[in-house]
Amino acid sequence: MFRRNGNVCVATFAVDEVRVLRKVAGEVVGLLMDGFDHGDPVVERLFPDIYPDQPDDSAEFRLYTEGDLKTGKLDQAGAILAALPDDGPGEVRLDGEEAEAWLRAINDARLAMGTRLDIQAATDLGEELDDAVAEDPGSSRVFQLSVYAYLGYLQESLLNALPEIEPR
Amino acid sequence: MALPQVAPVETPQIEEVPADDRPWVTIVWDDPVNLMSYVTWVFQKLFGYSKDKAEELMLDVHHKGKAVVSTGARERMEMDASQLHGYGLWATVDRA
Repeated sequence: MFRRNGNVCVATFAVDEVRVLRKVAGEVVGLLMDGFDHGDPVVERLFPDIYPDQPDDSAEFRLYTEGDLKTGKLDQAGAILAALPDDGPGEVRLDGEEAEAWLRAINDARLAMGTRLDIQAATDLGEELDDAVAEDPGSSRVFQLSVYAYLGYLQESLLNALPEIEPR
Repeated sequence: MALPQVAPVETPQIEEVPADDRPWVTIVWDDPVNLMSYVTWVFQKLFGYSKDKAEELMLDVHHKGKAVVSTGARERMEMDASQLHGYGLWATVDRA
């Protein structure tokens, strides 16, 4: 989890955490590159229609903006991969700009996982995890739910480690 | 926020404001994944709102399902919505 140290946000990650973060950031990159498909609910959530009732206007807007949006999302996922140790445990130190990229990238990963896991407003993550463990502790759903919960704590810790934003 | 659609009769020198000149709004919709603290942070970061104002907006989104986060010219609102998408918030544009 992140904490503040002077001007930077610092976290020490165990080897499993490094692997999980590499995996989720890599999955977002994959989704944006080879796997990019507007029919995928995750893509729909990450790139929503700006005019839900006017498909033509939405499509036109998309034409001009989607490339930049995609590049931004690739860059922020790349910021996670760039700051992590190659393998094994290690410390990550983020300046303000890197911390923002991490926040955005963690959020993209959570949106992707939350969509796949069908997380709803009424979903109780603890109960969901208990049910999944009861069914099969070694299942992919148990792993995905655990990672999803972990990313939420990590994002919250990074938000808390950031300095207050001065209003403009 | 909507401008009058018909100019008052006694001031005929003022041109009628066409409906298309009404301001536009950026709307942020509630979603089950984004953390409340993150949404507040995005509103502060992107719009320069105070923490109180950003929190109030975030709670509006949370409790009412959506909230208007900015108002102005259409192109400006499209830019806001696109930036919000960059942060992963679910934003749309509509007429005020």
